[in-house]
Amino acid sequence: MKRLVFSAASGGLFGLGLMISGMTNPAKVQGWLDFLGDWDPTLAFVLGGAIVPMFFAWRHAEGRKPLLGGSFPAKPSQVIDRNLILGSCLFGAGWGLAGLCPGPAMASIGYGNPGIWVFVIAMIAGMAVTPWARRRLDATPAKG
Amino acid sequence: MYLDWAYGLIGGLLIGGAAALFLLANGRIMGASGLLGGVVDGSGRSNLGERLAFLGGLVGVPLIVVLLRGGAPETEMTGNMAALAAAGVLVGIGTRLANGCTSGHGVCGISRLSVRGIAATAAYLAAGAASLFVFRHVLGVV
Repeated sequence: MKRLVFSAASGGLFGLGLMISGMTNPAKVQGWLDFLGDWDPTLAFVLGGAIVPMFFAWRHAEGRKPLLGGSFPAKPSQVIDRNLILGSCLFGAGWGLAGLCPGPAMASIGYGNPGIWVFVIAMIAGMAVTPWARRRLDATPAKG
Repeated sequence: MYLDWAYGLIGGLLIGGAAALFLLANGRIMGASGLLGGVVDGSGRSNLGERLAFLGGLVGVPLIVVLLRGGAPETEMTGNMAALAAAGVLVGIGTRLANGCTSGHGVCGISRLSVRGIAATAAYLAAGAASLFVFRHVLGVV
């Protein structure tokens, strides 16, 4: 039960932060990605501000156990593979086009904008077909 | 408008605080695409409750704020539904293929000095800027 309460609190805090920061405003996100147009630096403050507490959290986690038991996630593989780069490029293409990434899209479901709902439904559909796409890709060896 | 950077910084600190809480209490990485994706494709069955509770907070708290203040914050986005649908599919497939998005690779990965997180962030930032350039300044779609 405690795990669920802390999960909901984290999600809620995340949503609140996204809302306050301006990340749920697609025009603002696109303003940041518009390096060759009218560039808006706000999102650098968002990302910078978010990294600071997490940097200390990772440091604190070293040699300790999570408050609610279990263990911290092991350092993941450091291999930069095709799926990482290809996936990130596809993600970036959609991010630039709509100005929305998964967190802010979900945080703004309650804003009542049908465009957000279209995006979220399409995103869920994309997530649903990815295991199939991944199997197809993994069956095709990378060239070079 | 001129205080946008301060809202960005405060919001960013809350986002980082949320990620720190999820890590230090639950021992989990706060990645929006992974938490949702595991529910969608069934790979997150073993901790479905935590995922749903997190997503409930993520959707629910902003909704409560909207209801309390009697309206959503000012947002501006394209009304082109075909573009939004295409973008959603790209974001869904891309983040799951790369195992992370802005929160997982960006916030949690960079702060851990993860090579994969930094590489992914560089790739989606470059692709995002290129995509926006093409769709806004070349094609004029958004």
